[in-house]
Amino acid sequence: MINYWPLIGIALVVIGFALKMNPMLVVTASAIVTGLIAGMDLHEVISTFGKAFNDNRIIAIVWIVLPVIGLLERFGLQQRAAAVIRNLKSATTGRLLILYLVYRQITAAIGLHSTAGHPQTVRPLVAPMALAAAEKQHGELTENEAEKVKAYAAATDNVGLFFGEDIFFAIGSIVLIQQILAGYGYNLAPLELALWAIPSAICAFLIHSTRLLLIDRKLGRRGQ
Amino acid sequence: MITLHWLYALAGAMFAAFALLSALDRAHGKRFGNAAFWGLMALSLLGGDQIGDFGNGLLVLGLAGLAGFGFIGRSHPPTTSDAEREGWSQQLRNKLFLPALIIPATALIGTLAYNYTALGSTGWIEPKRETYVFLGLGVLFALAAIFAWLRPPAVAPLQEGRRLIDAIGWAAVLPQMLASLGVLFAAAGVGDSIGFLTRSVIPEGSVFETVAVFGLGMAIFTMVMGNAFAAFPVMAAAIGVPLLIQGYGGDPAVVGAIGMLAGFCGTLMTPMAANFNLVPAALLELKDQYGVIRAQVATALPLLLINILLIYWLAFR
Repeated sequence: MINYWPLIGIALVVIGFALKMNPMLVVTASAIVTGLIAGMDLHEVISTFGKAFNDNRIIAIVWIVLPVIGLLERFGLQQRAAAVIRNLKSATTGRLLILYLVYRQITAAIGLHSTAGHPQTVRPLVAPMALAAAEKQHGELTENEAEKVKAYAAATDNVGLFFGEDIFFAIGSIVLIQQILAGYGYNLAPLELALWAIPSAICAFLIHSTRLLLIDRKLGRRGQ
Repeated sequence: MITLHWLYALAGAMFAAFALLSALDRAHGKRFGNAAFWGLMALSLLGGDQIGDFGNGLLVLGLAGLAGFGFIGRSHPPTTSDAEREGWSQQLRNKLFLPALIIPATALIGTLAYNYTALGSTGWIEPKRETYVFLGLGVLFALAAIFAWLRPPAVAPLQEGRRLIDAIGWAAVLPQMLASLGVLFAAAGVGDSIGFLTRSVIPEGSVFETVAVFGLGMAIFTMVMGNAFAAFPVMAAAIGVPLLIQGYGGDPAVVGAIGMLAGFCGTLMTPMAANFNLVPAALLELKDQYGVIRAQVATALPLLLINILLIYWLAFR
């Protein structure tokens, strides 16, 4: 007989996120409930949660770039990024983000996925450049339009990363696939797995860049 | 050997400085809340290995309580005005990009050099962590370059860093919380329940429908867990290996590789993948915390369909 009780923790998370409750509380509540359902006592739940948090501290390391980014913003980095785009005659938001998508996919595909990202490149460079390109072409943006351009800048980083990194054979997800399948007696070379990531990477590029070009047209159509 | 602990110490010292500057910021209405929050992060990074599992657990509860009950807020440390920034931008021209490029360039060149030259055989960096180490080095190089060139006030990098981290707020810690939640989900057997559920909806004998349930299951379970890594072992055990590979003779490399990518489509659509979807919304100061997800759904859904079709076409050639 299968046990459905553990799914209550998931239900809590889904409801919490849907109601836009504070995610820190939602996650903590779900963790405690899930742990209790798993038969742990409260002390054990808190210890397990704490140990996992400690084991995942590597996630916090990326914030060490903030002092540099903030310092450069102090000296006008975002303004400079925007000025460069204003001087490029043929720059549009869509074309610029397509260029970044290519850059992100290729660097991720050769294992350099940690060299770009939301704090390192999107906030200081890509987002202000995308905004400047939109303003140059279409004039002052409404708040909703500016939000949309910024959201697409972040989205482009994610799509580029996810559908580039698996082409690199020494990445965590490839190693995981290989390990799991090896457990069932299928011994695959990481390179073999990485090659099969290429068709999806090409499709991801085609779909997302089409949408990026549509953004230009959507921004251009307003007010007509 | 340089290990990750060096980087924890660097990041911990930075968060400790954020905490101290928060406490001293009289203009900040929630200064002690912020000081406590970043102080706990500093404690985790600097002393996480000393305070024991239960101590770490209490630390996490403290973080959640401070963030969840509104004890932290945005700050306005001293910085330059928009007009001053425009002035600097015109004065410094494109040279301003050079310090910004030091970080990615150091990470890039360092990683390549470490992996493909004799540098790597010296073994002075913890294996597999070299990119992080060079990222940290790049930060230090960039700071040195900016100080040598523009001579900002000594405390400026910490105040500017605090301005940004307070704009991000609790979203900076959420990814680590979600990763920890995943550990509890695994302990409670969430994966087994999900695997059983998915299997119960598969019709006998239809290869395509089995592939479709496998792909959708990867995406949906990834959305629930926030991470395709957690979904893959479950879906492989429930459908991928017993049905697609053993039952219908599918190519394991295709099922594995593209199955994982179907999961990545789910990552694009879930707030549970906070570091990719919620953190940038905070970092870019979007009004809608789900704005990045909304921008991604129309890429993710067609791509999921294509991944399912790719498995169907390529695995059963």
